[in-house]
Amino acid sequence: MAKSIAELQGIARRVRRDIVEMITTARSGHPGGSLSAVEILVELYCNHMRIDPANPKWDDRDRFILSKGHAAPVLYSVMAERGYADAPQEKLGTLRRFGSVFQGHPDMRFIPSLEASTGSLGQGLSLGLGMALGARLDGRPSRIYVMLGDGEIQEGQVWEAATSAAFLKADKLVAIVDYNQIQLDGFVKDIMDVAPLADKWRAFGWHTLEIDGHDFAAIEEALADAAATKGKPTCLVAHTVKDKGVSFMENNSKYHGMPPTQDERALALQELN
Amino acid sequence: MPVKTRFEPRLGAATREAFGRALVELGRENKDIVVIDADISKSTMTTYFAKEFPDRFFSCGITESNMIGVGAGLAMAGKIPFVSSFSAFAVDIFPVNNGFEQMRVCAAYGRSNLKVVGTHSGISIGEDGPSQMSVEEIALACSLTGFVVMAPADETATKALVRAAAEYDGPVFLRTGRPKAPVVYAPGQRFEIGKSIEVAAGSDVTIIANGLLVAQSMLAADALEDEGISVRVIDMHTVKPLDREAIARAAADTGAIVVAEEHLIDGGLGVRVAQVVVETNPCVMEFVGIHDRYAESGQPDELLEKYHLLSTDIADAARKALARKR
Repeated sequence: MAKSIAELQGIARRVRRDIVEMITTARSGHPGGSLSAVEILVELYCNHMRIDPANPKWDDRDRFILSKGHAAPVLYSVMAERGYADAPQEKLGTLRRFGSVFQGHPDMRFIPSLEASTGSLGQGLSLGLGMALGARLDGRPSRIYVMLGDGEIQEGQVWEAATSAAFLKADKLVAIVDYNQIQLDGFVKDIMDVAPLADKWRAFGWHTLEIDGHDFAAIEEALADAAATKGKPTCLVAHTVKDKGVSFMENNSKYHGMPPTQDERALALQELN
Repeated sequence: MPVKTRFEPRLGAATREAFGRALVELGRENKDIVVIDADISKSTMTTYFAKEFPDRFFSCGITESNMIGVGAGLAMAGKIPFVSSFSAFAVDIFPVNNGFEQMRVCAAYGRSNLKVVGTHSGISIGEDGPSQMSVEEIALACSLTGFVVMAPADETATKALVRAAAEYDGPVFLRTGRPKAPVVYAPGQRFEIGKSIEVAAGSDVTIIANGLLVAQSMLAADALEDEGISVRVIDMHTVKPLDREAIARAAADTGAIVVAEEHLIDGGLGVRVAQVVVETNPCVMEFVGIHDRYAESGQPDELLEKYHLLSTDIADAARKALARKR
Protein backbone atom coordinates (compact mmCIF):
# COMPACT_ATOMS: atom_id res chain seq x y z
CA MET A 1 0.00 0.00 0.00
CA ALA A 2 1.34 3.40 -0.97
CA LYS A 3 2.71 5.47 1.87
CA SER A 4 1.99 9.14 2.40
CA ILE A 5 4.78 11.65 1.96
CA ALA A 6 4.61 12.43 5.67
CA GLU A 7 5.17 8.75 6.47
CA LEU A 8 8.11 8.58 4.08
CA GLN A 9 9.60 11.72 5.60
CA GLY A 10 9.34 10.12 9.02
CA ILE A 11 11.22 7.04 7.78
CA ALA A 12 13.85 9.27 6.18
CA ARG A 13 14.45 11.00 9.51
CA ARG A 14 14.95 7.65 11.26
CA VAL A 15 17.28 6.47 8.51
CA ARG A 16 19.39 9.64 8.79
CA ARG A 17 19.71 9.09 12.54
CA ASP A 18 20.73 5.47 11.92
CA ILE A 19 23.41 6.62 9.48
CA VAL A 20 24.89 9.16 11.89
CA GLU A 21 24.84 6.66 14.76
CA MET A 22 26.28 3.80 12.71
CA ILE A 23 29.15 5.81 11.30
CA THR A 24 30.06 7.61 14.51
CA THR A 25 29.98 4.32 16.42
CA ALA A 26 32.15 2.66 13.77
CA ARG A 27 34.43 5.71 13.75
CA SER A 28 34.80 5.30 10.00
CA GLY A 29 32.61 5.29 6.91
CA HIS A 30 31.12 7.66 4.39
CA PRO A 31 28.34 9.83 5.82
CA GLY A 32 28.04 12.36 2.98
CA GLY A 33 26.94 10.06 0.17
CA SER A 34 24.73 8.06 2.53
CA LEU A 35 22.81 11.12 3.75
CA SER A 36 22.41 12.50 0.23
CA ALA A 37 20.73 9.30 -0.98
CA VAL A 38 18.21 8.80 1.83
CA GLU A 39 14.99 9.92 0.10
CA ILE A 40 15.75 7.95 -3.05
CA LEU A 41 16.40 4.71 -1.17
CA VAL A 42 13.45 5.21 1.17
CA GLU A 43 11.14 5.82 -1.81
CA LEU A 44 12.50 2.76 -3.64
CA TYR A 45 12.49 0.29 -0.74
CA CYS A 46 9.51 1.55 1.26
CA ASN A 47 7.12 2.71 -1.43
CA HIS A 48 8.04 1.87 -5.00
CA MET A 49 9.89 -1.39 -5.58
CA ARG A 50 8.15 -4.70 -6.13
CA ILE A 51 9.86 -6.60 -3.29
CA ASP A 52 8.95 -8.96 -0.50
CA PRO A 53 11.47 -8.82 2.37
CA ALA A 54 10.07 -12.13 3.70
CA ASN A 55 10.89 -13.73 0.34
CA PRO A 56 14.01 -11.85 -0.73
CA LYS A 57 14.84 -14.14 -3.69
CA TRP A 58 11.36 -13.94 -5.23
CA ASP A 59 11.95 -14.38 -8.98
CA ASP A 60 9.71 -11.53 -10.03
CA ARG A 61 11.17 -8.95 -7.66
CA ASP A 62 12.63 -5.59 -8.59
CA ARG A 63 16.32 -5.26 -7.81
CA PHE A 64 18.45 -2.45 -6.46
CA ILE A 65 22.20 -2.20 -6.88
CA LEU A 66 24.17 0.33 -4.85
CA SER A 67 26.97 0.83 -7.33
CA LYS A 68 28.43 3.55 -5.08
CA GLY A 69 28.99 0.86 -2.46
CA HIS A 70 30.59 3.20 0.07
CA ALA A 71 27.10 4.53 0.84
CA ALA A 72 26.37 1.13 2.44
CA PRO A 73 24.95 2.60 5.70
CA VAL A 74 21.90 4.11 3.98
CA LEU A 75 21.18 0.79 2.27
CA TYR A 76 21.62 -1.19 5.49
CA SER A 77 19.32 1.14 7.41
CA VAL A 78 16.60 1.06 4.75
CA MET A 79 16.79 -2.75 4.48
CA ALA A 80 16.53 -3.02 8.25
CA GLU A 81 13.59 -0.62 8.17
CA ARG A 82 11.88 -2.95 5.66
CA GLY A 83 12.52 -5.94 7.92
CA TYR A 84 14.97 -8.03 5.91
CA ALA A 85 15.95 -10.80 8.34
CA ASP A 86 19.60 -10.78 7.25
CA ALA A 87 19.87 -7.02 7.90
CA PRO A 88 18.67 -6.82 11.52
CA GLN A 89 17.89 -3.37 12.91
CA GLU A 90 19.37 -4.15 16.32
CA LYS A 91 22.75 -4.97 14.77
CA LEU A 92 23.15 -1.75 12.78
CA GLY A 93 25.52 -0.50 15.48
CA THR A 94 28.04 -3.21 14.55
CA LEU A 95 28.79 -1.56 11.18
CA ARG A 96 32.34 -2.27 9.99
CA ARG A 97 33.21 -4.34 13.06
CA PHE A 98 34.83 -7.76 12.90
CA GLY A 99 32.12 -10.39 12.59
CA SER A 100 29.37 -7.95 11.57
CA VAL A 101 27.09 -8.64 8.61
CA PHE A 102 27.25 -4.89 8.01
CA GLN A 103 30.55 -4.89 6.15
CA GLY A 104 32.28 -1.67 5.07
CA HIS A 105 30.86 -2.13 1.59
CA PRO A 106 27.81 -4.28 0.68
CA ASP A 107 28.80 -7.95 0.69
CA MET A 108 26.34 -10.64 -0.40
CA ARG A 109 28.28 -13.30 1.47
CA PHE A 110 27.09 -11.67 4.69
CA ILE A 111 23.69 -10.33 3.55
CA PRO A 112 22.28 -12.65 0.87
CA SER A 113 19.31 -10.32 0.32
CA LEU A 114 21.63 -7.79 -1.29
CA GLU A 115 21.54 -7.91 -5.08
CA ALA A 116 25.27 -7.31 -5.57
CA SER A 117 28.55 -7.00 -3.74
CA THR A 118 29.83 -3.57 -4.65
CA GLY A 119 32.58 -1.15 -3.73
CA SER A 120 34.83 -1.16 -6.78
CA LEU A 121 33.36 1.87 -8.53
CA GLY A 122 31.96 1.85 -12.04
CA GLN A 123 30.73 -1.72 -12.24
CA GLY A 124 27.10 -1.65 -11.05
CA LEU A 125 25.46 -0.41 -14.23
CA SER A 126 26.85 -3.30 -16.28
CA LEU A 127 25.58 -5.75 -13.66
CA GLY A 128 22.18 -4.10 -13.66
CA LEU A 129 22.06 -4.25 -17.44
CA GLY A 130 22.71 -7.99 -17.32
CA MET A 131 19.91 -8.43 -14.78
CA ALA A 132 17.56 -6.34 -16.93
CA LEU A 133 18.33 -8.46 -19.99
CA GLY A 134 17.79 -11.65 -17.99
CA ALA A 135 14.41 -10.43 -16.71
CA ARG A 136 13.38 -9.47 -20.23
CA LEU A 137 14.34 -12.88 -21.62
CA ASP A 138 12.21 -14.56 -18.98
CA GLY A 139 9.30 -12.14 -19.49
CA ARG A 140 9.37 -11.06 -15.85
CA PRO A 141 7.90 -7.77 -14.63
CA SER A 142 11.11 -7.01 -12.69
CA ARG A 143 12.77 -3.64 -12.99
CA ILE A 144 16.38 -2.91 -12.07
CA TYR A 145 17.53 0.23 -10.25
CA VAL A 146 21.20 1.18 -10.08
CA MET A 147 22.41 4.07 -7.95
CA LEU A 148 25.59 5.71 -9.15
CA GLY A 149 27.68 8.44 -7.54
CA ASP A 150 28.45 11.58 -9.48
CA GLY A 151 32.16 11.00 -8.87
CA GLU A 152 31.73 7.35 -9.79
CA ILE A 153 30.53 8.15 -13.30
CA GLN A 154 34.02 9.44 -14.08
CA GLU A 155 34.78 5.73 -14.50
CA GLY A 156 34.86 4.72 -18.17
CA GLN A 157 32.95 1.47 -17.68
CA VAL A 158 29.82 3.45 -16.75
CA TRP A 159 29.76 4.91 -20.26
CA GLU A 160 30.40 1.52 -21.83
CA ALA A 161 27.36 0.27 -19.94
CA ALA A 162 25.35 3.39 -20.82
CA THR A 163 26.04 2.87 -24.51
CA SER A 164 25.19 -0.82 -24.49
CA ALA A 165 22.03 -0.39 -22.38
CA ALA A 166 20.63 2.12 -24.86
CA PHE A 167 21.69 -0.03 -27.80
CA LEU A 168 20.05 -3.10 -26.25
CA LYS A 169 16.90 -1.06 -25.46
CA ALA A 170 17.03 -2.10 -21.82
CA ASP A 171 13.90 -0.30 -20.66
CA LYS A 172 13.77 -2.26 -17.41
CA LEU A 173 16.94 -0.49 -16.33
CA VAL A 174 16.94 2.77 -14.35
CA ALA A 175 20.16 4.56 -13.43
CA ILE A 176 19.92 7.09 -10.63
CA VAL A 177 22.83 9.48 -10.29
CA ASP A 178 23.20 10.91 -6.81
CA TYR A 179 24.39 14.32 -8.01
CA ASN A 180 25.59 15.69 -4.67
CA GLN A 181 28.50 17.56 -6.31
CA ILE A 182 31.20 16.29 -3.94
CA GLN A 183 33.73 13.47 -4.13
CA LEU A 184 36.51 12.53 -1.76
CA ASP A 185 39.07 15.11 -2.84
CA GLY A 186 36.62 17.98 -3.20
CA PHE A 187 33.95 19.33 -5.51
CA VAL A 188 33.32 17.18 -8.59
CA LYS A 189 33.63 20.27 -10.79
CA ASP A 190 37.18 20.78 -9.49
CA ILE A 191 38.34 17.15 -9.58
CA MET A 192 37.00 16.23 -13.03
CA ASP A 193 33.76 17.90 -13.93
CA VAL A 194 31.02 15.59 -15.24
CA ALA A 195 28.64 18.36 -16.36
CA PRO A 196 26.46 18.69 -18.36
CA LEU A 197 25.18 15.51 -16.88
CA ALA A 198 21.62 15.27 -18.21
CA ASP A 199 22.81 16.23 -21.71
CA LYS A 200 25.38 13.43 -21.61
CA TRP A 201 22.87 10.74 -20.67
CA ARG A 202 20.46 12.02 -23.32
CA ALA A 203 23.22 11.93 -25.90
CA PHE A 204 23.92 8.33 -24.89
CA GLY A 205 20.31 7.46 -25.76
CA TRP A 206 18.73 7.43 -22.31
CA HIS A 207 15.37 8.88 -21.35
CA THR A 208 16.67 11.41 -18.82
CA LEU A 209 14.91 13.35 -16.09
CA GLU A 210 16.36 15.88 -13.67
CA ILE A 211 14.77 15.87 -10.25
CA ASP A 212 15.22 17.15 -6.72
CA GLY A 213 16.53 14.00 -5.07
CA HIS A 214 15.10 14.98 -1.69
CA ASP A 215 11.52 15.55 -2.93
CA PHE A 216 9.49 12.35 -2.49
CA ALA A 217 6.72 13.48 -4.87
CA ALA A 218 9.28 14.26 -7.56
CA ILE A 219 11.08 10.93 -7.12
CA GLU A 220 7.82 9.01 -7.23
CA GLU A 221 6.68 10.81 -10.36
CA ALA A 222 10.03 10.20 -12.08
CA LEU A 223 9.99 6.48 -11.25
CA ALA A 224 6.48 6.20 -12.70
CA ASP A 225 7.63 8.06 -15.79
CA ALA A 226 10.57 5.62 -16.11
CA ALA A 227 8.24 2.63 -15.84
CA ALA A 228 6.05 4.03 -18.62
CA THR A 229 9.03 4.60 -20.94
CA LYS A 230 9.45 1.84 -23.50
CA GLY A 231 12.40 1.10 -25.73
CA LYS A 232 15.06 2.95 -23.78
CA PRO A 233 16.57 2.94 -20.31
CA THR A 234 15.90 5.86 -17.97
CA CYS A 235 18.39 7.97 -16.06
CA LEU A 236 17.32 10.11 -13.14
CA VAL A 237 19.81 12.86 -12.48
CA ALA A 238 18.96 13.49 -8.85
CA HIS A 239 20.16 16.84 -7.56
CA THR A 240 21.02 16.24 -3.93
CA VAL A 241 22.93 17.80 -1.06
CA LYS A 242 25.94 16.00 0.37
CA ASP A 243 25.33 15.17 4.05
CA LYS A 244 21.73 16.39 3.68
CA GLY A 245 19.97 16.97 6.98
CA VAL A 246 22.92 17.89 9.17
CA SER A 247 23.51 21.60 8.70
CA PHE A 248 27.16 21.77 9.71
CA MET A 249 28.11 18.79 7.53
CA GLU A 250 26.16 19.75 4.40
CA ASN A 251 28.24 20.49 1.29
CA ASN A 252 31.51 19.88 3.09
CA SER A 253 33.86 17.43 1.37
CA LYS A 254 35.50 16.72 4.73
CA TYR A 255 32.57 14.43 5.50
CA HIS A 256 32.72 12.37 2.31
CA GLY A 257 34.74 9.68 4.00
CA MET A 258 35.15 10.95 7.56
CA PRO A 259 32.84 10.29 10.49
CA PRO A 260 31.58 13.14 12.66
CA THR A 261 33.17 13.38 16.12
CA GLN A 262 31.24 12.30 19.22
CA ASP A 263 30.34 15.95 19.95
CA GLU A 264 29.17 16.45 16.40
CA ARG A 265 27.15 13.26 16.67
CA ALA A 266 25.04 14.69 19.48
CA LEU A 267 24.49 17.91 17.55
CA ALA A 268 23.60 15.99 14.41
CA LEU A 269 21.10 13.75 16.22
CA GLN A 270 19.54 16.83 17.78
CA GLU A 271 19.00 18.32 14.33
CA LEU A 272 17.51 15.06 13.09
CA ASN A 273 15.00 14.77 15.91
CA MET B 1 56.19 -54.80 -22.22
CA PRO B 2 53.31 -53.61 -24.41
CA VAL B 3 54.27 -51.91 -27.64
CA LYS B 4 53.24 -48.27 -27.53
CA THR B 5 51.42 -46.77 -30.47
CA ARG B 6 53.22 -43.75 -31.82
CA PHE B 7 51.44 -40.41 -31.85
CA GLU B 8 50.60 -39.46 -35.41
CA PRO B 9 49.57 -35.81 -35.33
CA ARG B 10 46.60 -34.92 -37.47
CA LEU B 11 45.10 -31.46 -37.37
CA GLY B 12 41.57 -31.16 -36.08
CA ALA B 13 39.45 -28.09 -35.52
CA ALA B 14 40.82 -25.12 -33.61
CA THR B 15 39.75 -25.14 -29.97
CA ARG B 16 37.94 -21.80 -30.52
CA GLU B 17 35.97 -23.44 -33.35
CA ALA B 18 35.09 -26.35 -31.07
CA PHE B 19 33.96 -23.85 -28.43
CA GLY B 20 31.64 -22.14 -30.93
CA ARG B 21 30.12 -25.45 -32.01
CA ALA B 22 29.73 -26.66 -28.43
CA LEU B 23 27.80 -23.50 -27.53
CA VAL B 24 25.24 -24.21 -30.24
CA GLU B 25 24.72 -27.76 -28.98
CA LEU B 26 24.33 -26.50 -25.41
CA GLY B 27 22.00 -23.74 -26.58
CA ARG B 28 19.68 -26.29 -28.14
CA GLU B 29 19.50 -28.26 -24.92
CA ASN B 30 19.19 -25.43 -22.43
CA LYS B 31 17.41 -22.15 -23.02
CA ASP B 32 19.23 -20.56 -20.10
CA ILE B 33 22.50 -20.55 -22.04
CA VAL B 34 23.17 -16.99 -23.20
CA VAL B 35 26.20 -15.56 -24.99
CA ILE B 36 27.80 -12.15 -24.89
CA ASP B 37 30.49 -11.00 -27.26
CA ALA B 38 32.54 -7.87 -27.81
CA ASP B 39 32.69 -7.34 -31.58
CA ILE B 40 34.73 -10.40 -32.40
CA SER B 41 32.08 -13.10 -32.62
CA LYS B 42 33.41 -14.08 -36.04
CA SER B 43 36.77 -14.80 -34.42
CA THR B 44 35.63 -16.26 -31.11
CA MET B 45 33.12 -18.35 -33.10
CA THR B 46 30.16 -17.33 -30.99
CA THR B 47 28.71 -16.24 -34.32
CA TYR B 48 27.26 -19.76 -34.72
CA PHE B 49 25.27 -19.29 -31.54
CA ALA B 50 24.27 -15.75 -32.56
CA LYS B 51 22.84 -17.03 -35.85
CA GLU B 52 20.79 -19.78 -34.27
CA PHE B 53 19.73 -17.96 -31.10
CA PRO B 54 19.66 -14.22 -31.87
CA ASP B 55 17.48 -13.51 -28.83
CA ARG B 56 20.01 -15.08 -26.49
CA PHE B 57 23.03 -13.37 -27.99
CA PHE B 58 24.03 -9.92 -26.77
CA SER B 59 26.47 -7.78 -28.65
CA CYS B 60 28.25 -5.46 -26.24
CA GLY B 61 30.46 -3.68 -28.72
CA ILE B 62 34.10 -3.22 -27.83
CA THR B 63 33.52 -3.00 -24.07
CA GLU B 64 35.21 -5.97 -22.43
CA SER B 65 34.89 -4.62 -18.87
CA ASN B 66 31.22 -3.89 -19.38
CA MET B 67 30.72 -7.26 -21.05
CA ILE B 68 32.02 -9.13 -18.02
CA GLY B 69 29.67 -7.13 -15.78
CA VAL B 70 26.67 -7.71 -18.05
CA GLY B 71 27.48 -11.42 -18.04
CA ALA B 72 27.63 -11.48 -14.24
CA GLY B 73 24.29 -9.68 -14.10
CA LEU B 74 22.72 -12.25 -16.42
CA ALA B 75 24.09 -14.99 -14.17
CA MET B 76 22.50 -13.29 -11.17
CA ALA B 77 19.22 -13.29 -13.08
CA GLY B 78 19.47 -17.09 -13.38
CA LYS B 79 21.09 -17.44 -16.81
CA ILE B 80 24.23 -19.38 -17.74
CA PRO B 81 26.21 -16.72 -19.56
CA PHE B 82 29.27 -17.37 -21.70
CA VAL B 83 31.25 -14.22 -22.40
CA SER B 84 34.07 -14.44 -24.84
CA SER B 85 36.80 -12.34 -26.30
CA PHE B 86 40.46 -12.74 -27.09
CA SER B 87 42.13 -13.83 -23.86
CA ALA B 88 44.27 -10.72 -24.04
CA PHE B 89 41.22 -8.45 -23.86
CA ALA B 90 38.93 -10.48 -21.65
CA VAL B 91 41.30 -11.06 -18.77
CA ASP B 92 44.63 -9.35 -18.93
CA ILE B 93 45.33 -6.06 -17.27
CA PHE B 94 45.17 -3.91 -20.35
CA PRO B 95 44.98 -0.20 -19.65
CA VAL B 96 41.62 0.18 -21.33
CA ASN B 97 40.24 -3.11 -22.54
CA ASN B 98 40.41 -5.17 -19.42
CA GLY B 99 37.99 -7.44 -17.70
CA PHE B 100 40.16 -8.60 -14.83
CA GLU B 101 38.87 -6.23 -12.16
CA GLN B 102 35.32 -7.06 -13.25
CA MET B 103 36.09 -10.79 -13.05
CA ARG B 104 37.48 -10.21 -9.56
CA VAL B 105 34.58 -8.20 -8.14
CA CYS B 106 31.53 -9.32 -10.13
CA ALA B 107 32.40 -12.95 -10.83
CA ALA B 108 34.85 -14.18 -8.16
CA TYR B 109 33.94 -12.09 -5.09
CA GLY B 110 30.32 -11.83 -6.25
CA ARG B 111 30.29 -15.62 -6.80
CA SER B 112 28.40 -15.47 -10.04
CA ASN B 113 27.87 -18.36 -12.39
CA LEU B 114 29.82 -16.68 -15.18
CA LYS B 115 31.76 -18.52 -17.89
CA VAL B 116 34.57 -16.53 -19.47
CA VAL B 117 36.11 -18.04 -22.59
CA GLY B 118 39.33 -16.57 -23.90
CA THR B 119 40.17 -17.33 -27.50
CA HIS B 120 43.41 -16.52 -29.36
CA SER B 121 45.52 -17.47 -26.38
CA GLY B 122 49.26 -17.89 -26.40
CA ILE B 123 51.75 -16.98 -29.12
CA SER B 124 50.35 -19.44 -31.65
CA ILE B 125 47.92 -16.78 -32.87
CA GLY B 126 50.84 -15.82 -35.10
CA GLU B 127 50.81 -12.76 -37.30
CA ASP B 128 48.88 -10.33 -35.09
CA GLY B 129 51.76 -10.01 -32.67
CA PRO B 130 52.18 -9.47 -28.91
CA SER B 131 49.40 -6.94 -28.28
CA GLN B 132 46.92 -9.70 -29.15
CA MET B 133 48.85 -12.58 -27.57
CA SER B 134 47.83 -13.58 -24.10
CA VAL B 135 50.56 -15.34 -22.15
CA GLU B 136 49.51 -14.19 -18.67
CA GLU B 137 45.84 -15.08 -18.33
CA ILE B 138 46.21 -18.48 -16.67
CA ALA B 139 48.16 -16.84 -13.84
CA LEU B 140 45.59 -14.06 -13.57
CA ALA B 141 42.57 -16.33 -13.70
CA CYS B 142 44.07 -18.69 -11.10
CA SER B 143 44.46 -15.72 -8.75
CA LEU B 144 40.68 -15.29 -8.70
CA THR B 145 39.17 -17.04 -5.70
CA GLY B 146 36.75 -19.82 -6.59
CA PHE B 147 37.41 -19.78 -10.33
CA VAL B 148 37.83 -23.02 -12.28
CA VAL B 149 40.55 -22.53 -14.89
CA MET B 150 40.92 -24.86 -17.88
CA ALA B 151 43.04 -25.14 -21.04
CA PRO B 152 41.81 -27.95 -23.31
CA ALA B 153 44.16 -29.64 -25.80
CA ASP B 154 41.95 -30.31 -28.79
CA GLU B 155 38.49 -30.28 -30.29
CA THR B 156 37.11 -33.23 -28.33
CA ALA B 157 38.49 -31.89 -25.06
CA THR B 158 37.11 -28.41 -25.69
CA LYS B 159 33.60 -29.63 -26.48
CA ALA B 160 33.54 -31.77 -23.36
CA LEU B 161 34.97 -29.08 -21.09
CA VAL B 162 32.68 -26.33 -22.40
CA ARG B 163 29.82 -28.65 -21.49
CA ALA B 164 31.36 -29.31 -18.07
CA ALA B 165 31.70 -25.56 -17.55
CA ALA B 166 28.02 -25.04 -18.30
CA GLU B 167 27.04 -27.78 -15.86
CA TYR B 168 29.36 -26.50 -13.10
CA ASP B 169 27.77 -23.96 -10.76
CA GLY B 170 30.34 -21.20 -10.40
CA PRO B 171 32.76 -19.00 -12.30
CA VAL B 172 34.94 -20.60 -14.98
CA PHE B 173 37.71 -19.39 -17.25
CA LEU B 174 38.43 -21.55 -20.29
CA ARG B 175 41.38 -20.92 -22.57
CA THR B 176 41.19 -21.70 -26.28
CA GLY B 177 43.47 -21.04 -29.23
CA ARG B 178 43.37 -19.75 -32.77
CA PRO B 179 45.15 -22.38 -34.91
CA LYS B 180 43.87 -25.80 -35.82
CA ALA B 181 44.85 -28.10 -32.99
CA PRO B 182 46.36 -31.60 -33.37
CA VAL B 183 43.89 -34.31 -32.47
CA VAL B 184 44.80 -35.88 -29.13
CA TYR B 185 41.57 -37.63 -28.20
CA ALA B 186 39.18 -40.02 -29.87
CA PRO B 187 35.59 -38.78 -29.89
CA GLY B 188 33.75 -39.96 -26.80
CA GLN B 189 36.70 -39.48 -24.42
CA ARG B 190 35.34 -38.53 -21.00
CA PHE B 191 36.48 -35.39 -19.20
CA GLU B 192 35.91 -34.20 -15.69
CA ILE B 193 36.84 -30.82 -14.21
CA GLY B 194 39.93 -31.25 -12.03
CA LYS B 195 40.71 -34.77 -13.22
CA SER B 196 43.78 -35.00 -15.45
CA ILE B 197 44.20 -37.59 -18.18
CA GLU B 198 47.23 -39.82 -18.60
CA VAL B 199 47.66 -39.83 -22.36
CA ALA B 200 50.82 -41.98 -22.28
CA ALA B 201 52.05 -44.38 -19.60
CA GLY B 202 55.69 -44.35 -18.48
CA SER B 203 58.01 -44.66 -15.52
CA ASP B 204 61.26 -42.70 -16.05
CA VAL B 205 59.98 -39.17 -16.41
CA THR B 206 56.60 -37.40 -16.52
CA ILE B 207 55.61 -34.59 -18.84
CA ILE B 208 52.67 -32.53 -17.65
CA ALA B 209 51.17 -30.20 -20.22
CA ASN B 210 47.95 -28.59 -21.40
CA GLY B 211 46.53 -26.84 -24.43
CA LEU B 212 48.53 -27.01 -27.62
CA LEU B 213 51.54 -28.46 -25.82
CA VAL B 214 49.89 -31.78 -25.04
CA ALA B 215 50.42 -32.88 -28.63
CA GLN B 216 54.01 -31.58 -28.57
CA SER B 217 54.59 -33.54 -25.35
CA MET B 218 53.31 -36.73 -26.98
CA LEU B 219 55.74 -36.23 -29.86
CA ALA B 220 58.53 -35.63 -27.34
CA ALA B 221 57.59 -38.83 -25.54
CA ASP B 222 57.90 -40.86 -28.76
CA ALA B 223 61.35 -39.40 -29.43
CA LEU B 224 62.47 -40.23 -25.89
CA GLU B 225 61.04 -43.75 -26.09
CA ASP B 226 63.30 -44.26 -29.14
CA GLU B 227 66.20 -43.61 -26.75
CA GLY B 228 64.85 -46.18 -24.33
CA ILE B 229 63.32 -43.64 -21.93
CA SER B 230 59.88 -44.46 -20.58
CA VAL B 231 57.73 -41.31 -20.53
CA ARG B 232 54.42 -40.62 -18.84
CA VAL B 233 52.41 -37.78 -20.38
CA ILE B 234 49.61 -36.12 -18.42
CA ASP B 235 47.12 -33.67 -19.89
CA MET B 236 46.45 -31.25 -17.02
CA HIS B 237 43.49 -29.63 -18.73
CA THR B 238 42.28 -28.14 -15.45
CA VAL B 239 44.86 -25.78 -13.94
CA LYS B 240 42.61 -24.93 -11.03
CA PRO B 241 41.67 -27.00 -9.12
CA LEU B 242 44.74 -29.09 -9.86
CA ASP B 243 44.70 -32.89 -9.88
CA ARG B 244 47.02 -33.13 -6.87
CA GLU B 245 46.81 -36.89 -6.70
CA ALA B 246 48.06 -37.43 -10.26
CA ILE B 247 50.93 -34.99 -9.68
CA ALA B 248 51.99 -36.59 -6.39
CA ARG B 249 51.84 -40.04 -7.98
CA ALA B 250 53.90 -38.94 -11.00
CA ALA B 251 56.51 -37.41 -8.70
CA ALA B 252 56.71 -40.60 -6.64
CA ASP B 253 56.66 -43.02 -9.59
CA THR B 254 58.99 -41.22 -12.01
CA GLY B 255 61.05 -38.86 -9.81
CA ALA B 256 61.36 -36.32 -12.61
CA ILE B 257 58.74 -33.94 -14.02
CA VAL B 258 58.70 -31.57 -16.97
CA VAL B 259 55.88 -29.07 -17.24
CA ALA B 260 55.12 -27.60 -20.66
CA GLU B 261 52.74 -24.73 -21.37
CA GLU B 262 52.17 -22.00 -23.94
CA HIS B 263 52.24 -19.34 -21.23
CA LEU B 264 54.74 -17.36 -19.21
CA ILE B 265 56.57 -19.62 -16.80
CA ASP B 266 55.65 -17.07 -14.12
CA GLY B 267 52.45 -18.07 -12.37
CA GLY B 268 51.26 -20.65 -14.86
CA LEU B 269 50.78 -24.41 -14.79
CA GLY B 270 54.45 -25.05 -14.01
CA VAL B 271 54.65 -23.18 -10.75
CA ARG B 272 51.32 -24.56 -9.66
CA VAL B 273 52.46 -28.14 -10.29
CA ALA B 274 55.77 -27.39 -8.54
CA GLN B 275 53.88 -26.27 -5.46
CA VAL B 276 52.12 -29.63 -5.27
CA VAL B 277 55.39 -31.50 -5.89
CA VAL B 278 57.22 -29.79 -3.03
CA GLU B 279 54.24 -30.35 -0.77
CA THR B 280 54.05 -34.07 -1.58
CA ASN B 281 57.00 -35.90 -3.15
CA PRO B 282 59.78 -33.45 -4.01
CA CYS B 283 61.60 -34.40 -7.21
CA VAL B 284 63.60 -32.75 -9.99
CA MET B 285 61.60 -30.53 -12.33
CA GLU B 286 62.13 -28.62 -15.56
CA PHE B 287 59.88 -25.99 -17.09
CA VAL B 288 59.02 -25.35 -20.73
CA GLY B 289 57.25 -22.04 -21.28
CA ILE B 290 57.87 -18.44 -22.23
CA HIS B 291 60.62 -16.80 -20.24
CA ASP B 292 59.83 -13.21 -19.32
CA ARG B 293 59.57 -11.73 -22.80
CA TYR B 294 57.05 -10.78 -25.44
CA ALA B 295 56.93 -12.63 -28.74
CA GLU B 296 56.49 -11.14 -32.23
CA SER B 297 54.65 -11.60 -35.52
CA GLY B 298 55.20 -14.76 -37.53
CA GLN B 299 53.77 -18.11 -38.49
CA PRO B 300 52.69 -20.12 -35.44
CA ASP B 301 55.30 -22.80 -36.20
CA GLU B 302 58.06 -20.23 -36.51
CA LEU B 303 57.10 -18.69 -33.21
CA LEU B 304 56.77 -21.98 -31.33
CA GLU B 305 60.27 -22.85 -32.54
CA LYS B 306 61.87 -19.51 -31.66
CA TYR B 307 60.24 -19.39 -28.22
CA HIS B 308 61.15 -23.02 -27.49
CA LEU B 309 57.73 -24.60 -27.22
CA LEU B 310 58.23 -27.53 -29.58
CA SER B 311 58.50 -31.26 -28.87
CA THR B 312 62.29 -31.03 -29.25
CA ASP B 313 62.42 -28.42 -26.46
CA ILE B 314 60.28 -30.61 -24.24
CA ALA B 315 62.47 -33.67 -24.97
CA ASP B 316 65.60 -31.64 -24.13
CA ALA B 317 64.04 -30.58 -20.84
CA ALA B 318 63.22 -34.22 -20.07
CA ARG B 319 66.80 -35.30 -20.74
CA LYS B 320 68.03 -32.51 -18.48
CA ALA B 321 65.69 -33.59 -15.73
CA LEU B 322 66.80 -37.22 -16.07
CA ALA B 323 70.48 -36.19 -15.90
CA ARG B 324 69.78 -34.30 -12.67
CA LYS B 325 67.81 -37.20 -11.28
CA ARG B 326 70.73 -39.64 -11.70
